[in-house]
Amino acid sequence: MCLSIPSKILEIDEFNNALVETLGVKRKVSLDLVPEACEIGDFVLIHVGVAMEKIDKDFAKESIKTYQEIVSKMQNGEISADEGDLGLNEFHR
Amino acid sequence: MNFIDEFRDKNTILAFNELIKKELKAPINIMEICGGHTHSIMKYALPSILPKGINFVHGPGCPVCVMPRKRIDMAIKLAAMPNTIFCTLGDLLRVPGSKFSLLELRAKGCDVRALYSPLEVLKIAEQNQDKNIIFFAIGFETTTPMTALLLEKVINLGLENVFFHINHITVPAPIHAIMNDENVKIDAFLGPSHVSVITGWGIYEDIARLYKTPIAVSGFEPVDIMQSVLNIVRQKNEGKFEVFNQYQRAVSKEGNLKAQELVKCYFDECDFEFRGLGEIKKSGLRLKDEFARYNAELKFDCEVESKNESKACICGQILRGVAKPYDCKVFGKACTPKTPIGSCMVSGEGACAAYYKYSKVNE
Repeated sequence: MCLSIPSKILEIDEFNNALVETLGVKRKVSLDLVPEACEIGDFVLIHVGVAMEKIDKDFAKESIKTYQEIVSKMQNGEISADEGDLGLNEFHR
Repeated sequence: MNFIDEFRDKNTILAFNELIKKELKAPINIMEICGGHTHSIMKYALPSILPKGINFVHGPGCPVCVMPRKRIDMAIKLAAMPNTIFCTLGDLLRVPGSKFSLLELRAKGCDVRALYSPLEVLKIAEQNQDKNIIFFAIGFETTTPMTALLLEKVINLGLENVFFHINHITVPAPIHAIMNDENVKIDAFLGPSHVSVITGWGIYEDIARLYKTPIAVSGFEPVDIMQSVLNIVRQKNEGKFEVFNQYQRAVSKEGNLKAQELVKCYFDECDFEFRGLGEIKKSGLRLKDEFARYNAELKFDCEVESKNESKACICGQILRGVAKPYDCKVFGKACTPKTPIGSCMVSGEGACAAYYKYSKVNE
């Protein structure tokens, strides 16, 4: 019930419902609970047929960039675990 | 970029594992509160790559698993009424009641429906105005706003044939109950993903402080979980016990205020009996008095006599984190997903179902 993954908004109708795509599967969901306005191309988290939050793309991209840096540094033997927080201890939003 | 593959990247998982291995100084028992995390942990076989000192303890965060038999019997009694369409979510249909399950009741000819979304009730009610539509609402904070949204739409549309049986529960109360059990040894928590989307990560600050347990609010993907485990290791090493919001891409401190307002509008706190944990103060929600006309518990006779749980099943201990599925004598033998004895095997989010599905016991 809980395992929702980001779904991309393809269309929004006049009743605040969106057609979303999740890993190739398309379905209609309600946008009534998303606090901020949604646009086509946004990614949302869906739970039981209702979108509950937009994915913050900037935060997601930032995380992914940090991961890629860590992987490449570790593969090149440039860092060890003792070298501080590696940008991973960003606490709050 | 689909924000999924990047969080399942094998090299990133292994890089985090290297850091965890190097930095772990003492064993840590980490309770993952949410059944979704249990499934990810097992699906990606994280215990097999993580160092032995990282021990995952499965928590009570599966709404079907913690539903006491009495509530299942109530559901069956309601669904068996004439002129009724009974609707609910998820795996509840398969949970054994004292005599049989909702699924078996459906086989006897009753109109029992498992919905993808609570909002489907609207169409069902409009198409069946001569019948009572009962929505048996289950779930933690993630699902409660959707029930509130449905009720708001039912009121706005003037539908008079929809009734709600509310079984919504909250995360912090059972966590306090578990931490006050002296048999439980939990050093840290993986905080739920989607509950936190709604509530915000701020609700865990008291728990972290009170029990001196680091809490990492984590996404569901394996990279999310590995990053959260690393943060917990680092907090333990530094003697910290804070809330770390690993799931920044979806969770804020305040959460989804729109959803919270909707819940406050229709629900009050109440006590609720959790399977395996007993009655917990202020752990559930009930419809406010002004919406009594929609309350199935007041409208219909819900009195039931329930049998005790099976003696062979240790779901209660599993939900408290004092036993693992492998400790149960009937796990994988008499109790399988096809022939479930306990709710932890029935629900797709249950710890037993996760162990059965992703481990070698069924091969």
